[in-house]
Amino acid sequence: MDVLHSGIIQTFFLILISATFTDNILLTRFLGMCSCLGVSKKVDTSLGLGLAVIFVTACTAVINYLVYQFLLIPLGIAYLKLIVFIIVIAAFVQFVEMVIERVSIKLYFSLGIFLPLITVNCAILGTSLFMLNKPYSLLQAFAFGLGSGLGWFLAITIIGGIREKVNEASVPRGLEGPGITLIIIGIMALAFVGFSGMIKI
Amino acid sequence: MLNAIFISVGFLAACGGFLAAVLVVAEKKILNYGPCNLDINAGEKELAVDGGSPLLSALAENSIFIPSACGGRGSCAYCKLKVLEGAGFVGPVEEHHLTPEELETGVRLSCQVKIRNDLKIEIPKELFAVKHFRAKLIEKEMLTYDIAGLRIELIEPQTIDFVAGQYIQLESEEYKGREAVMRAYSISSVPSDNRHIELMIRKVPEGICTTWVFDYLQEGKELYFSGPYGEFQLSETDAPIIFIAGGSGMAPIWSIIQRMVEKGIHRNAVYFFGALSQKDLFYADELNNIADSSEWFKFVPALSQEPEDSNWQGERGLITDVVKRYFPDTSAHEAYLCGSPGMINACISVLTEGGLPEEKIYFDKFA
Repeated sequence: MDVLHSGIIQTFFLILISATFTDNILLTRFLGMCSCLGVSKKVDTSLGLGLAVIFVTACTAVINYLVYQFLLIPLGIAYLKLIVFIIVIAAFVQFVEMVIERVSIKLYFSLGIFLPLITVNCAILGTSLFMLNKPYSLLQAFAFGLGSGLGWFLAITIIGGIREKVNEASVPRGLEGPGITLIIIGIMALAFVGFSGMIKI
Repeated sequence: MLNAIFISVGFLAACGGFLAAVLVVAEKKILNYGPCNLDINAGEKELAVDGGSPLLSALAENSIFIPSACGGRGSCAYCKLKVLEGAGFVGPVEEHHLTPEELETGVRLSCQVKIRNDLKIEIPKELFAVKHFRAKLIEKEMLTYDIAGLRIELIEPQTIDFVAGQYIQLESEEYKGREAVMRAYSISSVPSDNRHIELMIRKVPEGICTTWVFDYLQEGKELYFSGPYGEFQLSETDAPIIFIAGGSGMAPIWSIIQRMVEKGIHRNAVYFFGALSQKDLFYADELNNIADSSEWFKFVPALSQEPEDSNWQGERGLITDVVKRYFPDTSAHEAYLCGSPGMINACISVLTEGGLPEEKIYFDKFA
């Protein structure tokens, strides 16, 4: 079945689900690892960072799609996409930080502190770059961004939950901290491999 | 080829410029909190400030100087203030500097509290007296091989009001890539000479401020400091006094002793000066002169690492042991300590063992 040309809603959800599960950006591509290792100690901080990543990934995927299709391609400078995407993401994050600070100070203190971490989260840049590998439409690009963000959110939240449990148990000294976390991520990645091939896009 | 360069460079420049412009406008528009009102000490003073800046710098602009050593990065935790109303949430930078009781009573780091609305705050009275001074170094003298004595003449304002025992915050300048910092030093001169202050500064290897003082601050150069700060001062009782301080910790004690001489306050006092060897001693002649010419004062330098066969006639051993030897019973005394946290904690335990209640021990810890 050619997914990209079936019904609009069906395609949207297929891309969303495949980006979330079968092509989970954290567990199958291992992107966004540094902030994941740093922030996944507790479920509530994982949730905060995860939500921020969903929002920023989905929005920057759309913005970068528009920039790519309507500026970079017509000007013949598609090879500059890497640096342009980085600038766009950084500026967008700063902008969102300001808006959140003004609109909801409560949200700012629970979520806003993670925003600077996101500027350099490679999962977000990765999403913008991978989306160009497929002939997506704007809506499909949005689905891909949203799905990638959801996938990252799902992964870091589960890791946060497992780490909370693991911290109560006695971990061998040499494995404490990042060591056991990487092993957890590895085992989870194995589990997510089970999804692979379910949806082909 | 040239065309391609123009397009790509031009596009990147335009892209960066556009986004920067958007952010600048957004900052002006979105993060504009308008004028906010600061109510200090329940109506004692009201300030109108522009919202959006941290409380610490807004107060400094209005000539209220809260002590701060890190320049507003939230790492020194000197700038604690009570914010009664309008502070907002406690951020992660502040959180680990505040005890549960402090959180309960509204204590915050003023450098981390952003003014977004009207605030009600409490500032200790004595901080109102704190001023920012422009001054000139008129004398730099090596007191020992690693402690310098500075004599500073005030330029603007011309005089300073302080109590013997208080400290100032010296501002270092940038040099060789090291940033400008503020560091606290006790005043060692007497308050009656209100046009000058003197400091004793020990060289800290790799210390940002002390390296500046030793290597870059020449006689005749202008400098800036704010002060006076601190509650370390002589009480108004008649209890006999135990002073304990070594090295540059002598500064506030020397100020207090000179003040006692000047004012004719003849409370019984013993000054224990702890040092490693004779080359660490300074102002010993001055202190011995005071001791010789008065009934009430005694000076006891104690050396812990002086060679056995040297000509040293005075006390030997750790300062805590010497204090214990002189005063097994300290229950009626008052103690004034200045020095490193390690030395102060050791002295406190010796003094309390001797029966001195902890609230009678006043100290000034080097942070």
